[in-house]
Amino acid sequence: MASYDFLFDGLGLRDWCEAGTSDGPMSMADLIGKAAGGEAAAPTIWELPFPSMDALNDACPNFPQARELTKGLENGFLSIKDGLSLFLDPITQPLSWSLEAALWLFQTAPWWIMIPLLLLVVQLVSRSVKLVGFVALCLGFLAFIDYYDHAMQTLAIIFVCAAICVLIGVPIGIAMSRSNTFQNITTPVLDMLQTLPPFVYLIPLIFLFSVTEPKLYGIAIILYAIVPVIRLTNLGIRLVDKEVIEAAESFGMTSWQKLTGVQIPLALPNIMAGVNQTIMMSLAMVVIASLVSAPGLGVLVLRGIRNLELGVGLLSGLGIVLLAVVLDRVTKAALARVNAAQKH
Amino acid sequence: MSDDIKISIRNLFKIFGPDPQGALEHVRAGMGKSDLLEEQGHVLGLKDINVDMQAGKITVIMGLSGSGKSTLIRHLNRLIEPTAGEVIVNGEDVLAYNEDQLRRLRRENMSMVFQKFALLPHRTVLENAGMPLEVRGYDRKDREDEARKWLNRVGLEGQDNQFPHQLSGGMQQRVGIARALTSNADIMLMDEAFSALDPLIRTDMQDLLLELQEELHKTVVFITHDLDEALKLADHLVILKDGQIIQQGEPQHILLHPNDPYIMDFISDINRARVLRVRSVMQKTDQHRPGLAGDVDAEDTLESVIALSGGDTALGYRVLRHGTQVGILSVKDLVRALVPTAASEEGPRSSSGLSLSHGTGSR
Repeated sequence: MASYDFLFDGLGLRDWCEAGTSDGPMSMADLIGKAAGGEAAAPTIWELPFPSMDALNDACPNFPQARELTKGLENGFLSIKDGLSLFLDPITQPLSWSLEAALWLFQTAPWWIMIPLLLLVVQLVSRSVKLVGFVALCLGFLAFIDYYDHAMQTLAIIFVCAAICVLIGVPIGIAMSRSNTFQNITTPVLDMLQTLPPFVYLIPLIFLFSVTEPKLYGIAIILYAIVPVIRLTNLGIRLVDKEVIEAAESFGMTSWQKLTGVQIPLALPNIMAGVNQTIMMSLAMVVIASLVSAPGLGVLVLRGIRNLELGVGLLSGLGIVLLAVVLDRVTKAALARVNAAQKH
Repeated sequence: MSDDIKISIRNLFKIFGPDPQGALEHVRAGMGKSDLLEEQGHVLGLKDINVDMQAGKITVIMGLSGSGKSTLIRHLNRLIEPTAGEVIVNGEDVLAYNEDQLRRLRRENMSMVFQKFALLPHRTVLENAGMPLEVRGYDRKDREDEARKWLNRVGLEGQDNQFPHQLSGGMQQRVGIARALTSNADIMLMDEAFSALDPLIRTDMQDLLLELQEELHKTVVFITHDLDEALKLADHLVILKDGQIIQQGEPQHILLHPNDPYIMDFISDINRARVLRVRSVMQKTDQHRPGLAGDVDAEDTLESVIALSGGDTALGYRVLRHGTQVGILSVKDLVRALVPTAASEEGPRSSSGLSLSHGTGSR
């Protein structure tokens, strides 16, 4: 006697419930119940279970159990997986290539070219000798403790993923700033991407792509890190002084002239702040992505956890912090220069 | 007369809200601004505006904040679309224009100067001033030559490579004016162009505008909330209140014959001696009269005549225009003209040639 028998009896669904079912025990609990002997006494109101899928299944064997829901989701995903891969594989292939190329480049170039080159980039975007010195110190330390290769792998992945985030994110942000409808559609998606625990992205991606392919972690990083650049591009363009836009219109600018000549330049401080956030989030994700074969410092962290090598874990953690500080300072210095150039 | 009219606004209505056309019918049926807001949830921006603006003259549209003056000026280049009505520029209805025609109008026929300057902060002064030509696709050299010429004309020599934020407010607005002049449009829209400036700088800029106007004869539409400014600049003054025109005409005439208590309130605060001109208060005559103390010009302000007379009300002056006599001004009449309007309602003062009391009845 199950608690919700009355529901199905009352609705006259008893026949449908019993159709084609056996009396055999369906779960461990049933089996134990059966072994304990006989029907339990009718439950009192205090013991009434929530009418969940499993409770209803007790009353009506044809009602699906909760585990059939997860099973159904899985089967559904698996059935569309092939079609999805057919479509996703080619369009994400360039991501694999660029990640492979960047990894190859960063690792093959000798350190005495790579480090000065990176310092030159820092000098160009920040124009601060102090910062260049700090970056040199950090890279030198990482190389000195033999983490140079891992650090370069991490940097290579971040460069590629952040660049792709900007390439895709800025146009999406611009589109959002131009259409309120599009903004209303996109915002919940962005909210979801931002709040989903990063591990959750990995599960469907593992089914879709082979774990040996770089695009697997590439996509996971991009999905996680693209949100701030989209949001801040949208915000930046919407915050451009209305009177300046009016001035641009009153002199007959086309909307393309307005976008490239007024809106994007004036939104640049916000867009740069978004790029800074995007880079920091790619760094966070690149560590987690080492679970799905992303190379870099994350692998060392993982080794520290897996083999309980405390020293390796701590030192690679410190390495990640150093990289994060370097990336943050450099992008912030670039942002400060943009800001200084367009004070109102 | 009618062929000098450059811009003509006909029966223009603007209603803000979700269903302006529906609300328009209520307004046409006579519903007022506050009723419309309360019953229909629509804001009445402009109600039945009719103005003719003459070529080569300065038309000033004056009103307090919320009177719809900035909305009105934005209809001229369609930064705001009207709910109903016509805006005719150079004989063509701007509202019938498609996007290309509208863009051409904005590029070639109209330029605009903004209250908060609205310069591009990431461009230099020279690039800002050359912007209208850049938009039209001129090469760098052509537009820089033209921009430099106008920057020099408004007194900004040698500032070419500064950024707007390095300049003072007055200088930024000079860049704004240079930008408008560079576009070489014959209509200049000025939306509270001097309101954000300090009083002294504002006077400078007004003088600059009048000086440029002397030379260039643009058709200027000037928005302001400052009556002194309006009276100084206007050839034709339009006074707006709650989206309606309550009086328009020659400024001296409005000052002497205000037809609405609202306008009387406005003009009771101003320095009449500085605004009124001899021609408005003199007795028109070409007869000589003995015992006049000297000559004054018809365009002189009363203030300058007071200074000349040293405050002696017994004196009288011959009024000249281009060297010939057009009237006689007695200092007594002058002083009567300076009596504030509010006072003029009480006493019967029709004995002098100028009567301040007629035309002051309420609506």
